[in-house]
Amino acid sequence: MILTKELCFGYDREQQFRFPDIAIEKKGHLLILGDSGVGKTTFLHLLAGLLTPDSGTVNIGETDITRLSHRKLDKFRGRHIGIVFQKARFIHALTVEENLLLIQRLSGVGQDRLRVRDILERLNIAEKAGARGANLSEGQKQRVSIAAALVNNPNVILADEPTSSLDDKNCMAVTELLKEQAGHTNASLVVITHDQRIASQFSNNIRL
Amino acid sequence: MNIYKLGIKNALANPLSTLLSTLLLVLSIGLISLMLQITRQLDGKLERNIKGVDMVIGAKGSPLQLVLSSVLHIDVPTGNIKLKDAEKIARNPLVKQGIPVSYGDNYKGYRILGTEKSFLELYGAEPEEGRLWEKPFEVVIGATVSEKLGLTLGSTFSGSHGLMENSTEAHDHHPFTVVGILKPGNTVADQLIIGNLESVWLVHQHGEEEHDGAEEHGDAHDHDHSGHEHEHDIPEEDREITSMLVKFKNPMAMVRLPRMINENTNMQAALPNYEVERLFNLLNAGSRAITLIAVVIMLVSGISIFVNLYKAVRERKYEMALLRTYGASRLQLLLSVMVEGLLIGVTGFVAGILFSRLGMWILSGYVEDSYRYTIGSSGMMKEEVFLFIFTVLLTIFATVLAAVPVFYLNVSKILAKDD
Repeated sequence: MILTKELCFGYDREQQFRFPDIAIEKKGHLLILGDSGVGKTTFLHLLAGLLTPDSGTVNIGETDITRLSHRKLDKFRGRHIGIVFQKARFIHALTVEENLLLIQRLSGVGQDRLRVRDILERLNIAEKAGARGANLSEGQKQRVSIAAALVNNPNVILADEPTSSLDDKNCMAVTELLKEQAGHTNASLVVITHDQRIASQFSNNIRL
Repeated sequence: MNIYKLGIKNALANPLSTLLSTLLLVLSIGLISLMLQITRQLDGKLERNIKGVDMVIGAKGSPLQLVLSSVLHIDVPTGNIKLKDAEKIARNPLVKQGIPVSYGDNYKGYRILGTEKSFLELYGAEPEEGRLWEKPFEVVIGATVSEKLGLTLGSTFSGSHGLMENSTEAHDHHPFTVVGILKPGNTVADQLIIGNLESVWLVHQHGEEEHDGAEEHGDAHDHDHSGHEHEHDIPEEDREITSMLVKFKNPMAMVRLPRMINENTNMQAALPNYEVERLFNLLNAGSRAITLIAVVIMLVSGISIFVNLYKAVRERKYEMALLRTYGASRLQLLLSVMVEGLLIGVTGFVAGILFSRLGMWILSGYVEDSYRYTIGSSGMMKEEVFLFIFTVLLTIFATVLAAVPVFYLNVSKILAKDD
């Protein structure tokens, strides 16, 4: 499902990154561990098409996303890739439900209120559908951002340090939740973290 | 939920700055539109009222006052002139027509005017109901008078001294009878009570010998005594009128008659066109200053829209980056910001126009109370359509300028920061 080859990226002359090739099959999981500054987030952004590599290829399904135009890449990402960001953030002017509906709309799949409700149910935050971001707890925010990543049924879920701001108990729960939800939508899951606590929860991991 | 609704929600999420930008716009649009409306209304009204009157002859004094009082009926007259002197002018071969008018009384603030039937032809006024006057104390009333005072055919009333309401002295001995009501023509005839000259003369015949009637200037309650020496048979010699409206036969008259009258008689001649234009130039200076201020406010409002949106776009940098990862294009982000701006622009415009109509309504109420002048409201003006286009362009310009950062959004960099 995800296949990278000889990925290279440099912000400038001093800061050059060279990433190992990875291959993840459909429904596969991969944990990428690494300390700060080794380019974890850069790698994730390359996989998501938020950065364009200096060389190498990123294949998601049949598509080499490094060859897509800006516009097509935006659409492809919206449709096929769900990203859980390190810090849970959403549009402040909108409620949780409106946020998810907007994400559906932008991906071009079309809005489906039932699916939004369904996902919020599954993540146990259905009662917060009408709330705005500022009125949620840290754990609830994290759940909303997972919901945001899942709402379009993506083929690939990328998670960037999803547990860094959580305590041990929530850390376990969120990781389980990600795995479970990825399984639910038949998506491949890539988690990038420096958090050693969750290493044991993934059978497949690499170190940068 | 879509990108346009997002723009609206974003605008509403910042109610104070949105309100400020909108208010500034309302103020400027309202003022500009109000100025446009007033100028247009006055222009049209004055033009219709001076049409057909090439020259006014009246007692010496300010020519502008003579025009205002005798043609537009919003000021007090300069005094009286002898009918025979005026008729001498009317017989001049350069004059096509001279219509004597005489007034000095009012009924509830509406002027009672003594004149000839040709006065009605001058304004194209015809009776809608009833007929024209045939003898003294029969009057036709303008449409506005009929509507505001509730007078109908057969109503009788007595006039009172002076040209303003609340004059205490009433002429109870000589009630007027309404015999006709004029069709509304949006001219000065709408707000007049019109009868023949004799009516006005007869009203003033008793008990006012202490006035000599000829050269009274003056205060608002002063009235014109149009001859009142003896009972019933006023000698031809002494008959007086307030002024005479003159129509020229050819343009030569314009050059020769006014000078002739001003130099050789104790009357003065005023040219309504010239006087009204002079008045307008005075008014225009004021309205231009106000319009200029309004335009400056409008630019400030444009700047305020820009600053607020620019700030909002920077504050929402992270949200914008998120939207990009969800598949929004730069253009969509720009559109969402533009909706936010246009919401302010369009709301501001609509509210501004409503504001100006409200202002117009209050103003016309005031003008009507003090001058018995009705100002209608014209619909959407062509200038206001241009104003709308200008507002929209200004908003779009401010928005695009504010949204420039959207195009240089480094999505990856913004998302990688964990603050």
